[in-house]
Amino acid sequence: MSVLVYTESEEGTFKKIAFEAVSYAKGIADMLGTTVTAVSINVNNTNQLGKYGASKVLQVSNNQLQSFNASAYADTIAQAAKSEASQVVIISSSANSKYLAPLLAVNMEAGFVPNVTELPISTSPFKISSSVFSNKAFAITEITTETKLIGLAKNTFGVLENEISLAVEDFAPSLSESDFNNKVSSLEKVNDKVTIADADIVVSAGRGLKGPENWRMIEELAEILGAATACSKPVSDLGWRPHGEHVGQTGKPVSSNLYIAIGISGAIQHLAGVNSSKVKVVINNDPEAPFFKAADYGIVGDAFEFVPQLIEKLKEFKSNNA
Amino acid sequence: MKILVCISHVPDTTSRINFTEGNSKFDTNDVQFVMNPNDEFGLTRAMWLKEKQGATVHVVNVGGPETEPTLRKALAIGADEAIRVNTPASDGFNVAKQLANITNEGEYDLIICGRESIDYNGGMVPGMIAKLTGANFVNMCINIEVEGTNVTAAREIDGGKEIINTSLPLVLAGQKGIVQEADLRIPNMRGIMQARSKPLNVKEPIDINTQTKITSFSKPDSKGAVKLVDNVDELIKLLHQEAKVI
Repeated sequence: MSVLVYTESEEGTFKKIAFEAVSYAKGIADMLGTTVTAVSINVNNTNQLGKYGASKVLQVSNNQLQSFNASAYADTIAQAAKSEASQVVIISSSANSKYLAPLLAVNMEAGFVPNVTELPISTSPFKISSSVFSNKAFAITEITTETKLIGLAKNTFGVLENEISLAVEDFAPSLSESDFNNKVSSLEKVNDKVTIADADIVVSAGRGLKGPENWRMIEELAEILGAATACSKPVSDLGWRPHGEHVGQTGKPVSSNLYIAIGISGAIQHLAGVNSSKVKVVINNDPEAPFFKAADYGIVGDAFEFVPQLIEKLKEFKSNNA
Repeated sequence: MKILVCISHVPDTTSRINFTEGNSKFDTNDVQFVMNPNDEFGLTRAMWLKEKQGATVHVVNVGGPETEPTLRKALAIGADEAIRVNTPASDGFNVAKQLANITNEGEYDLIICGRESIDYNGGMVPGMIAKLTGANFVNMCINIEVEGTNVTAAREIDGGKEIINTSLPLVLAGQKGIVQEADLRIPNMRGIMQARSKPLNVKEPIDINTQTKITSFSKPDSKGAVKLVDNVDELIKLLHQEAKVI
């Protein structure tokens, strides 16, 4: 009957979103008067999950699951949920979790609500709020199935410490051959840079930068902040930056703590993709740029003047606050 | 090869989002509807596959008669036939069930969807169709080549991409990259004329038990005005002390 949470990892280490998902699961478990069971796949040190409120972890160690496979991972989580008789299952909103979620929902015959931003409004009937229309509205959805699948939006609930004693158990899912119909033949991945999905801070720039040769200062600013770099759609369409950096409605979504937009006017399609970032800073020389209406802080001014200054002052700030 | 492209009929991005009937329904007044952008990329890719290696391309939408202009547009772009499942697109599971039924009836080899619709942002329909029909599934697909029943697809991942070898039948959830924006097909006059005589079949829905039901909508609190500063010292101070993000 416990609340089951899938704790995502990469190369044997939990992602920050895993701790947020456990914190959230603990919140629901408290509402339901039950405990939290986590399921982890190929993670060595699962003890840390107790810190966020998990009472038990089902630890899966399986060589076939070394690289992500939506079908096999979904089956693993479904079997864990079954063995725990869980009626509420929590996953994150990462690209991988979004990939496996619909497979898992059908497998468990669970009603699925993605992009959830807070704890349920009530558990009987089960009503929960999620963001829709690119964060321009919230919907309250009633889930009528016995099993419920909830996709927690990133950076909404937060990581909450709630130390509890944790029991670690091994769990061996039984996987079928058809789980491995998709085979990854190669992988291209930039490893030395923080990704837009994982970053707490994203530094993004647009056509206001005038040309790809001017991105050095954006990269430098990102480096100082430990941030990911991103860009607007026109910039990726022009080939100034790789497509993987395009954020916005048809690009990647951003849910960072801080989003710094430099020389981006803030077309509605761009805002749709970055709306869920917590704090937005805009540097733009056009005071009429629509982005200022959506921003928290702004500088009306020339990027080529203010960005180098920001880099210098942040270096000072970082050395004073190190 | 038989290709089915699933098309959502969604409010244009620039639409004002309002609700009616006691905040229980999306207000369609003065809202312009368009083909879901993620689906447009997939439709163009279907045309490429058709031209390169021969395929029949059908398009399908779950919705009322008001969604037909979007299907006609898909026909004008080059789809051979359109199907409308005559029921409101109430929740993702319902839509997926209807589409899985169409998939099974039509024995399609490749089902192309968009990675999510830009209204409800659920992103669940493609994967659910795959699971319901037993097809393979590639999400966030940015490239596809088909040879016989073998498929090579690329999936966007955080910080890069992976190449997946799989086989038909396959459901893919496409996005920008499966074709580039500059390559998107738009209807020409000849296509629009031809679309008028292409079949648009209306099918009645199958019965299903809904799993989720939206009971009400709300809008976020309006946010305060932007704080403008004229120097970077002030900005750093605010980000550190007030926003606490650095």
